[in-house]
Amino acid sequence: MATHTEASRSPHMPNHLETATFEGRNKVLGFWLFLGAETVLFACLFGTYLALRHQTMGGPSGHELFDLKLVGLATAFLLTSSLTSVLAILAMNQLKKKVMMFWLAVTVLLGLAFLILEINEFIHYVHEGHTFTSSAFGSSFYALVGTHGAHVTFGIIWISTLMLQAAGRGITEEMAPKLFVASLYWHFIDVVWVFIFTLVYLLGKVG
Amino acid sequence: MGTLIVLIVFALFLTAILTGGYNKTFLERVKNSKVWDWLTTVDHKKIGILYFLSGFFFFLVGGIEALFMRLQLVVPHNDLFVGDTFNELLTMHGTTMIFMAAMPMIFGLMNAVVPLQIGARDVAFPFVNALGFWLFFAGGLLMNLSWIFGGAPDAGWTSYTSLALNNYSPGPGVDFYVLGLQIAGIGTLIGGLNFMATIINLRAPGMTFLRMPMFTWTSFVTSTIILFAFPPLTVALLLLMFDRLFGSHFFDYTMGGSAVIWEHLFWIFGHPEVYIVILPAFGVMSEVISTFSRKRLFGYTSMVFATVLIAFLSFMVWVHHMFTVGLGPVSNSIFAVATMAIAVPTGIKVFNWLFTMWGGEIRFTTAMLFAIGFIPTFVMGGMTGVMLAAPPADFQYQDSYFVVAHFHYVLVGGTVMGLFAGAYYWWPKMFGKMLNETIGKIHFWTFLIGFHLTFFPQHFLGLFGMPRRVFTYQPGMGLDSLNLISTIGVVGMAIGTIAFLYNIYWSFKKAAPAPADPWDGRTLEWAISSPPPVYNFAQLPLVRGYDAWWMEKQAGNKSLPPAEPLGSIHMPSSSFIPILMALGFFIAGFGFIFRGDFVGAIIGLVLVIVCLFLRSFDRDHGYHIEPDEIEETNKGVQA
Repeated sequence: MATHTEASRSPHMPNHLETATFEGRNKVLGFWLFLGAETVLFACLFGTYLALRHQTMGGPSGHELFDLKLVGLATAFLLTSSLTSVLAILAMNQLKKKVMMFWLAVTVLLGLAFLILEINEFIHYVHEGHTFTSSAFGSSFYALVGTHGAHVTFGIIWISTLMLQAAGRGITEEMAPKLFVASLYWHFIDVVWVFIFTLVYLLGKVG
Repeated sequence: MGTLIVLIVFALFLTAILTGGYNKTFLERVKNSKVWDWLTTVDHKKIGILYFLSGFFFFLVGGIEALFMRLQLVVPHNDLFVGDTFNELLTMHGTTMIFMAAMPMIFGLMNAVVPLQIGARDVAFPFVNALGFWLFFAGGLLMNLSWIFGGAPDAGWTSYTSLALNNYSPGPGVDFYVLGLQIAGIGTLIGGLNFMATIINLRAPGMTFLRMPMFTWTSFVTSTIILFAFPPLTVALLLLMFDRLFGSHFFDYTMGGSAVIWEHLFWIFGHPEVYIVILPAFGVMSEVISTFSRKRLFGYTSMVFATVLIAFLSFMVWVHHMFTVGLGPVSNSIFAVATMAIAVPTGIKVFNWLFTMWGGEIRFTTAMLFAIGFIPTFVMGGMTGVMLAAPPADFQYQDSYFVVAHFHYVLVGGTVMGLFAGAYYWWPKMFGKMLNETIGKIHFWTFLIGFHLTFFPQHFLGLFGMPRRVFTYQPGMGLDSLNLISTIGVVGMAIGTIAFLYNIYWSFKKAAPAPADPWDGRTLEWAISSPPPVYNFAQLPLVRGYDAWWMEKQAGNKSLPPAEPLGSIHMPSSSFIPILMALGFFIAGFGFIFRGDFVGAIIGLVLVIVCLFLRSFDRDHGYHIEPDEIEETNKGVQA
């Protein structure tokens, strides 16, 4: 990989563009710390959900509601988007702007597809009588999955904004850390989804 | 809404008057004014001063609330502040003192001192630093405006559900608590993150982790605790906001919710929080005691170890606030043992301070007096803490004045005394002026005696059965004289605080400029002028050991050895975005509190998002200070 990339970069460009500058190193470290805080935030939401998930108050339970096929498709979209965001960062470090933009666009589209599926799912649940205010189960479900969905939405807007900036400015030492932390964020959202899929949907199906 | 418009127009008038009327050069004059400079600053030294002074302002507000409560309790059956008003006072006193006074003043010292102690030119994220301050300020202001807009929160600083739900706390009070703390909490979180990144990435060459001064170490560990303890508060407040404003049922038993979840989330945050406010005080004490004993800190590595261990254990003990909830003997026992274990690292620290003084050349300056007064006071608070850690005994102490006495001994005897010691010690570095030592000693003695007079009797009030958070008591129950003594003690603390206020006035009006190294200090901040130039160090220093500046002085050097040649220094530009973003959050907070169709909330959040875009597309990379400018402004400044 390393020898393959050497040809395309100027001699002044280091291998990892995102940590090439002092500001870049600060930004990447700071963002890892921020993800630590985010982990605790989601852990609290998971804890609340696990404590309240049986309190349906006569409404539909998770076992009756969840459709694993649809959720599985959404999971596939989101996990694939994690891969494409890696490909984008690899292209960034090879200074291939067009390739990077392509993979970022794919990432955003997959994120959007996930979001549309999730919104559809929520609309379906509301028709089934499973709402934010119907029971403690409803409240904690939408708080957890909704917070994740809000993170996905934010990520889509964020990455789109960065694409807009990168289109004008190109891949620079200033843009690289921004793109890199956005992809870190995107991976984090994915990891959270893996836990949601397991602890909300799979666990909901088995009881 | 009408009140808001009047306030905005009033503010505009004030700006116009202060800057000399409106005409063509109005904007330019505003931009060149000192006020604009402070509002948009990203310099850690100025932000430190802003943090410290606004924290002290809220300290006065919280102090007045405490004074009112003690006045109400001075005699039985008093009717000065009863019922809801008393509940509002106790809620606002607790919340203000912890979130709006103690933590900002700590952040003030951290901002003023930590970058200097590690030999850095600024923090890792100057913009985030400014944003953190303005968010805290917006949150604090929002919460305190509740007194005017429909009543202050009255469910206690712990805001337990179901009490804090709509049914039992109607009106906007608890909403102010939720939104105010949420906004201030975000500010604190990013502040802590910033200091972690700063201390990891910005240490000067040679400043290894085990050469860092103790205050930097405690600031680092405190920042770590903030990073992991504040998200649970964020979630708790978010869920409470959902329950109160959007009809969810997290804490509502009738719909399957659980009030105990609030207690867990709150105390998973709340117990680490008390170590967030005490560890930096430990750091201050370590610096002060070492400097004024003219000795290396005894057992430095064990001190570092103890600090990290306390931070780790602080996350393992939250259930000791919930012994009487009924979680069962097994969990109560485990958490009791974990709680008692904290006494070990804390004991290590106390002995290290004593051994640092042992055989030292002690100078009884005001800062040192506060440090010495702190040790026995804090040890007493720690002892009652171990008493409270035993679950069977805790069933007796629970919700009595014994608890009140305990946490005031650790928070006032620990944190507040630490902050005062830090203020006297670093005042010359922050402001370039000394505080008066004579007034300082009046401050110390009146405050210390007043404090013990106020809170020592409260141990016995608790043991005699007086519950906390009540606004009156029966005569002839053995509570009368102790309550009277307790209220008399407040006079001493008030005189001490007024003495400090006068001292601040004195230092600005009458004090001569402070020398660079007034205390014969040991750490890097004393090697540069007071106050330091904007760029702190003209050349980054080379650190050759622990107590680096002391080492150089012992070796006969007049300045720190430089680690780099004199060159142009990169500085970040000031920015109005932090204050604008905080304003957005402030408006959004009000919008949520006023409920209805949440127009204000949407406007505020839109402003926040606009600010995010402004920041993202902003290509201002700051400016450079060239070596010849440095030479000019640098007369006599070393390293």
